[in-house]
Amino acid sequence: MKSSVIVFPGSNCDRDVAIALEKLQFKNSMIWHKETELPKSDLIVVPGGFSYGDYLRSGAIAAKSNILSEVINAGKKGALILGICNGFQILIECGLLKGALLRNSGLKFISKNILVKVQSNNNKFFNKYKTNEILKLNIAHNEGNYFTDKKHLEELENNELIPLKYCDEKGNINLKTNPNGSINNIAAIFNNNKNILGMMPHPERMVDKILSEEDGLGLFLSLMN
Amino acid sequence: MKFSVTVTLKKDVLDPQGKIVGQTLKNMGIKNLNQIRQGKFFEIDMDEKDSIKAEKQVKEMCEKLLANQIIEDFKINKAE
Repeated sequence: MKSSVIVFPGSNCDRDVAIALEKLQFKNSMIWHKETELPKSDLIVVPGGFSYGDYLRSGAIAAKSNILSEVINAGKKGALILGICNGFQILIECGLLKGALLRNSGLKFISKNILVKVQSNNNKFFNKYKTNEILKLNIAHNEGNYFTDKKHLEELENNELIPLKYCDEKGNINLKTNPNGSINNIAAIFNNNKNILGMMPHPERMVDKILSEEDGLGLFLSLMN
Repeated sequence: MKFSVTVTLKKDVLDPQGKIVGQTLKNMGIKNLNQIRQGKFFEIDMDEKDSIKAEKQVKEMCEKLLANQIIEDFKINKAE
């Protein structure tokens, strides 16, 4: 499996993702945002961080960079694209995913471990997990409050396009278990073809017992399947 | 040719920053304040004499970058 990780000025989770991918024997390349060509990749990762210092809106400037037009083309042709945190914001700003990520409802930057419940494993990214499995992942963001219009929300709910929702240890999904105000406790969404995933939690931070825990590993294993 | 653009959150989008600013002003004693919505303001200077063309370009800037039309509205004003 070949992967590419896109790097912007201000990306800071790019190397963590690369380490996770290389651990699983992906042949990974780091691609600087000024590049105009993307190497042939089975997986493209848009990593977390603060691209361009979050100027204007998180992800707005990165969405207009050279390499993003290549990423958009690849995504439209069916390549697997994973946007994590700021990467999710970039995928939304460039139009590959619908909706918007607003400021957290509590107005605070949240950096902590949270729980999410797998809503659907019928896709390329979560097939190594069980449906309703509860995962411990880490979030670190200021704009993770997902918002979309009613029609799109219904589309997401009815077509298994919401793979992860914030929950508690019993799997309850409600306002109390919602860290950032995200509509319907959404932590991740797919595009209609399920080849493009945007998620606020960081799976790459949970791939090694020495560092933390391993609940994020299944996502990278799923991608190899 | 100069323009100003204001970008504001759409009516049904929650504006937690505006809400806190409003709350603070109320706490400071401004009791008759209804609500505050926070937005962004851009000053744009174009090297262009044709006002119709310039305005069209500013509109394009708003649609393509300055505003995220899913959550924001924009208003263009010609200065002077």
